[in-house]
Amino acid sequence: MAKETGIMSWKELELGNSITRPGNAGELKTGDWRSMRPVTDYEKCTKCGQCYIFCPDMVYKKNAEGYYEQNYYYCKGCGICAHECPVSCIAMVQEGD
Amino acid sequence: MGIAAEAIKDFKGFNLKNMPEVEPLSSGHRACQGCGEILALRQAMKALGTNVVVCSATGCMEIVTSPFPQTAWNVPWIHVAFENTSAVVSGVEAAYKAMNRKGKINQPDVTFLAYGGDGSTADIGIQALSGALERGHNFIYICLDNEAYMNTGIQRSSSTPWGASTTTSPAGKYSKGQSTWKKNMPAIAVAHEIPYVATASPAYPVDLMNKVKKASMIPGPAYLHFYSPCPTGWRCGGDESVAVARLAVQSKVFPLYEVIDGQYVLSRKVAKPKPISEYFKMQRRFRHLTETDVQMIQERIDAEYAELLKKCGVEA
Amino acid sequence: MGKRIGVEVSIAAAEAAALADVDVIAAYPITPQTHIVEHLSELVADGHLDAEFIPVESEHSAMSCCIGSSAAGARTFTATSSQGYALMSEICYIASSMRLPIVMTVANRALSAPISIWNDHADMMMSRDTGWIQTVAENGQEVVDLIFHAFKVGEDHRVLLPVQVNLDGFILSHMIEPIHMPDKAEVDAYLPPYKPAMRLDPAHPVSMGPVGMPDIYTEAKMAQDQALRNSKAVIVEAWKEFGDKFGRYYKPVETYKTEDAETIIVSMGSISETAMTAADALRAKGKKVGVARIRLWRPFPEAELFEPVKGAKNLVVLDRAMNFSGGDTGILGGEVKSVLFDQNHHPSLRNFFVGLGGRDITVQNFEEMVEKASANGGKPVPYEIINVRD
Ligand SMILES: Cc1ncc(C[n+]2csc(CCOP(=O)(O)OP(=O)(O)O)c2C)c(N)n1
Ligand code: SF4
Ligand code: SF4
Ligand code: SF4
Ligand SMILES: [Mg+2]
Repeated sequence: MAKETGIMSWKELELGNSITRPGNAGELKTGDWRSMRPVTDYEKCTKCGQCYIFCPDMVYKKNAEGYYEQNYYYCKGCGICAHECPVSCIAMVQEGD
Repeated sequence: MGIAAEAIKDFKGFNLKNMPEVEPLSSGHRACQGCGEILALRQAMKALGTNVVVCSATGCMEIVTSPFPQTAWNVPWIHVAFENTSAVVSGVEAAYKAMNRKGKINQPDVTFLAYGGDGSTADIGIQALSGALERGHNFIYICLDNEAYMNTGIQRSSSTPWGASTTTSPAGKYSKGQSTWKKNMPAIAVAHEIPYVATASPAYPVDLMNKVKKASMIPGPAYLHFYSPCPTGWRCGGDESVAVARLAVQSKVFPLYEVIDGQYVLSRKVAKPKPISEYFKMQRRFRHLTETDVQMIQERIDAEYAELLKKCGVEA
Repeated sequence: MGKRIGVEVSIAAAEAAALADVDVIAAYPITPQTHIVEHLSELVADGHLDAEFIPVESEHSAMSCCIGSSAAGARTFTATSSQGYALMSEICYIASSMRLPIVMTVANRALSAPISIWNDHADMMMSRDTGWIQTVAENGQEVVDLIFHAFKVGEDHRVLLPVQVNLDGFILSHMIEPIHMPDKAEVDAYLPPYKPAMRLDPAHPVSMGPVGMPDIYTEAKMAQDQALRNSKAVIVEAWKEFGDKFGRYYKPVETYKTEDAETIIVSMGSISETAMTAADALRAKGKKVGVARIRLWRPFPEAELFEPVKGAKNLVVLDRAMNFSGGDTGILGGEVKSVLFDQNHHPSLRNFFVGLGGRDITVQNFEEMVEKASANGGKPVPYEIINVRD
């Protein structure tokens, strides 16, 4: 637990306060920041990949059929993907309350 | 053929269909919603892959990727201070060179990347950068230019454009905002006669990634200047980062070009340039500017672009 | 078996770094350190040393390069003085916090203004709280020996801290002295190859130098402080091993005729040689004077210092640097007082600032200082600058 929260004894620190678990920021749920959620209409999607390459949070992954799916754990809801989709098939919808 | 041209003569290039899946920079970083700076860095890292050592200057990209105990880096990364990342990377590169030569390691193909913001690059770190470029270390330097000191709260840098309102160049009754013209960092890099200099924008990811890849193939120093929209500091919509970056290119504010072995090459000619007013309209940092101000800036931008075309040997 | 040669101390220091087979040197010229790095670049140019010599554009970049190099796993060396130290000091703090065993020689020189290339300890005093292990040499042989020791200690996985070897500018750095230079095999037998505990390596990615929020900064500093404290045992152990191998034994505090001394001079660096001459001269006049010389400056050897001085009635504490405390004591003066306080011991103590910016100190000066300390009667007296014209 201490390793995740950083609330740890000085004795547990790695040399020089370094971090030895690469990419462990992936544990952080930045999806909590979101108020709007991007939702893709796969009927219209052309699989062009723009949403994928323009997402600052590496939210999109290509699935077996070649469509790009969001991982909402990280999506901050910035709306770039919706803004950039050439066929406007991503809608930003209000997160449910 | 020059060193750079020789090194990249067989380069194939990326395209949207064959994007490398690797993400050396992971999700979970704490950049603001819609941060164009981290987007540019992400694209660069995809192009570089994982056989790389990254040296970071203090600034937004350091803070948002490394609050202890979490790192967004899947590749070796070091942050030391604000103004010295070019010197740190020099040391890393020299160490690898010595240890490879002395048989202590066998890792001859590692790429060395240093990055810093515009403040880190054009202001406080320009001496260390100049030293590293001049000494000819084999490394890539990326300036992530969001046109102010964002990490400390949107203060002006020498890379802030004329007229932009920042917290230390505020627009007011007696001020138009920033009162100096943006420093031409790529030209300063070119003056070091290094093999490769290029500008790039995250709105043109394939172009950006190709330039990063080329930089990694070319022996010696390479300087890349990335336009890096900051919705927080520019006061534009977080969803508009890519749009504003595209418009910067289309309005000739941020032209894309390479300088290969000292030869300027235009990456894309802006056939029907958009007026700069359109670009300004998206960002509240410019909203105090009058029509006359905008006209004056437009003239300067036109002249600079014409100058660039000339250097590139392209007809106006 | 090595050989004994007459050599300029700076050249010998460079040869020592070369015998340690350093991989990377990053340095910038400044008098009186210049000969050290000039000679190293010569050794590299002539193929006697297989290393990268980075002729950086500033000392700030010198230390930054050293951090990059050491973090990448290379044995790394630099040297500086005075203004150069001041410029790089921001990065020196980071080197120790990141636990990188860089070795640096500092040819001690006064700080501006007025600009002075001559010796005092202002740079060393400025560096005292950076978290580096610090040793202070008295003569050329010690400079060489302390450089081997520095690598040995700094790189020890029980330590992993940078080490600063101080030598007096000009007075030591430019002297030609008889020095025993060991051969490579002897050095190798003492100093194993550097095995980094952690390095910037794509095969094992680490993030070095992350942001420390308030919930971890204190722990980070605690860990670093413990590392410096714990280094003392290793420092002493490495000196013991050095003595066993080379026949020259070192300890944190060196003493001269302290056993029966009524007055003890506490000093650092080459001035101690004059102090010993003065002690002999004063003894010839019937005054029981001894010298305690601090070789290990950080971590500060409190117990080792108290031991020899505890019997003395009077203490003369020499600060070879200006320190604008505005109070009663300079830096070393304050350190010594705190040791005495801890032991509830109250000799008559006088703190003198001597040898500022290359000012000579004579045996007569010592007589004067010993006289003043004896006459003091234990009252607190503000520090006094010696040899100042009225
Ligand atoms: C020597 C020093 N001076 C000042 C600072 C404070 N500081 C940290 S980051 C920063 C601004 C960073 O601006 P920039 O390089 O443009 O990067 P950005 O945050 O905009 O990406 C400043 C002023 C510092 N850390 N060190
Ligand atoms: S940008 Fe739009 S069309 Fe292109 S892959 Fe994404 S969702 Fe599909
Ligand atoms: S809204 Fe922003 S963070 Fe979320 S998927 Fe789209 S681009 Fe990525
Ligand atoms: S302030 Fe700007 S540059 Fe910094 S993380 Fe936020 S959006 Fe990115
Ligand atoms: Mg900036």
